Amino acid sequence: MLDLRVGSRRGEFELELALQARGGSTTVIVGESGAGKTSVLRLAAGLDRPVTGRIVLDGEVYTDTTADIQVPPWRRSVGYVSQDYALFPHLSVAENVAFGLRAAGARSGEIRTRVAHVLERTGIAALARRKPSTLSGGQQQRAALARALVLDPRLLLLDEPLAALDLQTRRQVRGELRRLLRELETTTLYVTHSPMEALLFGDHIVVLEGGRISQVGDRDDLLRHPRSRYVAELVGTNFFAGRATATDAAATVRTADGDLAISRAEEAADLFVTVNPRDITLHTRRPEGSAQNVFAGPILELAPEPPGGERVRVVLGTRPTLVAEVTREAVASLGLAEGITVHASFKATGIRAYR
Amino acid sequence: MGSTLTSSRASERLALSLHVVASAVLVTLLGLPVVALVLRVPPGRLLERLRDDALLEALRLSLVTSVFATLAVTLLGLPIAYLLATRTFPGKRLIEAMLELPMVLPPTVAGVGLLLAFGRQGLAGPVLAAFGLSIPFTTIAVVVAQAFVAAPFFIAATRAGLAEVDQRYLDAAATLRSSPSRTLFRVMLPLAFPSLLAGAAMTWARALGEFGATITFAGNMPGVTQTMPLAVYLALQTDLDAAVAMSVLMLALSVGVLLGIRLVTPHLLPAGPFARSPGR
Repeated sequence: MLDLRVGSRRGEFELELALQARGGSTTVIVGESGAGKTSVLRLAAGLDRPVTGRIVLDGEVYTDTTADIQVPPWRRSVGYVSQDYALFPHLSVAENVAFGLRAAGARSGEIRTRVAHVLERTGIAALARRKPSTLSGGQQQRAALARALVLDPRLLLLDEPLAALDLQTRRQVRGELRRLLRELETTTLYVTHSPMEALLFGDHIVVLEGGRISQVGDRDDLLRHPRSRYVAELVGTNFFAGRATATDAAATVRTADGDLAISRAEEAADLFVTVNPRDITLHTRRPEGSAQNVFAGPILELAPEPPGGERVRVVLGTRPTLVAEVTREAVASLGLAEGITVHASFKATGIRAYR
Repeated sequence: MGSTLTSSRASERLALSLHVVASAVLVTLLGLPVVALVLRVPPGRLLERLRDDALLEALRLSLVTSVFATLAVTLLGLPIAYLLATRTFPGKRLIEAMLELPMVLPPTVAGVGLLLAFGRQGLAGPVLAAFGLSIPFTTIAVVVAQAFVAAPFFIAATRAGLAEVDQRYLDAAATLRSSPSRTLFRVMLPLAFPSLLAGAAMTWARALGEFGATITFAGNMPGVTQTMPLAVYLALQTDLDAAVAMSVLMLALSVGVLLGIRLVTPHLLPAGPFARSPGR
């Protein structure tokens, strides 16, 4: 169990957050570059010191600024794998992995057994004598992981573990890493900028924006109830924040750039609203019928989703801005093209509104 | 248009020839004395000369003192190079300036300073005397003079080498149970070793060639303080061939050190630890 609440500042950038990670779970911290993801890991590792805060791992206080406690990194049971792995270039893979055990004062027999075991487990036993500079990116990643894991840390910190790999390697290593983390009983903080990795790896996902947590939840929470435009973009849905102005069976949510009709609202309240891009229908003429929400605007962009796939994401210059997702056939039959004006419609019942 | 093109081509050619001429002058200036030394005495006579007792004594003294000076500078210089490379502290600039001064100070001036500091009448004289020590005009004075003028070379090279060690490695070591002092010995020093070696070699070469501070602070006593450079200068007054023989010997030593560093250093350098640079 990790309990971390920290405030720190570097120049203009302020970091202010509190997070708990259940023992043995993997918590993914996802955010754009500059959101402060790496800073959180460095504070947890003890490489940096927060201005204010308290970090407790399994009951052991690592940082407490009010009591002036700052346990140095080398006395923490924390494994840290940095984004570029930082394998010692003058040591072989086996010596890299043995480094921490030697520093911890393990006996040479024990070192040999444990190094062999972890190299076997991470699938790089054959590379034991090689120097890091002769390894591929994927092999370096495994060696760095082995070097951290051999010490059986109570907390494992992974900073963009897949970012330095090329696409093909990444797919393969991703699978291995998921299996490994599932087997491990170690509490893990996993930092990434990739929404897909966040959804794949996180039992628990923390969204970091500008040094603050904007949302915490499991996969489903994030997918169903995004609480910021950033998260909505991560999960690929239309997102609005606004205020419900009427509290009857056909309420209206007033957002910064337009009104949306929703099926009902209990009371006047601030709401988040999502509209699934697949629930939006496009028409070349103003539609008749039951859809309460109809918006007209030009098509700004047409992008196959996934690239080369069967569906197409249509970005619309409506107010409010919408993204619709339609089939390739619909694009062809309606003659959709960038620049032409279309009408987008969706039913009030297709909207998800929540607080 | 055609004429401007021709004239610009002509001025380019002129600039190139100026570079060539200047280079030729400098190469001659630096190379000719070396050639002259080698050509002066036939190799057979040279070897004969090298068996001379006085010469061997000066050579032995030079080697012993310069090696001790290098060892002393290495042992005392490493901690301060480490502090300068990794810490900021009040008075750092002042200490840096003091450590660089011997590089630009005329060696004879350094010798006078050493006399006034560690001589019998010097600032530290009474303290040394209390321990029954008298440094000037002893072999120890030779070592002190050499260490004084040569220390900046080791400190500068080592400091640069230590500062260049990537912070990522130090962070990695810290999260692998390694205390700062263990990290220094297991990570920083191995990675900075080529710089240390180069610094030590330059220090040794500078100590070996030391003349001004030595003759001022240590004097010129055969067997005690008369190192090779002093012996060469002395021999020049009486026996040119002897001076040349000693000079050629020192030339060979210097070239040997230079080649040695060139040969050893590349193997110690890590071969591009991140040839595949991590993408951001």
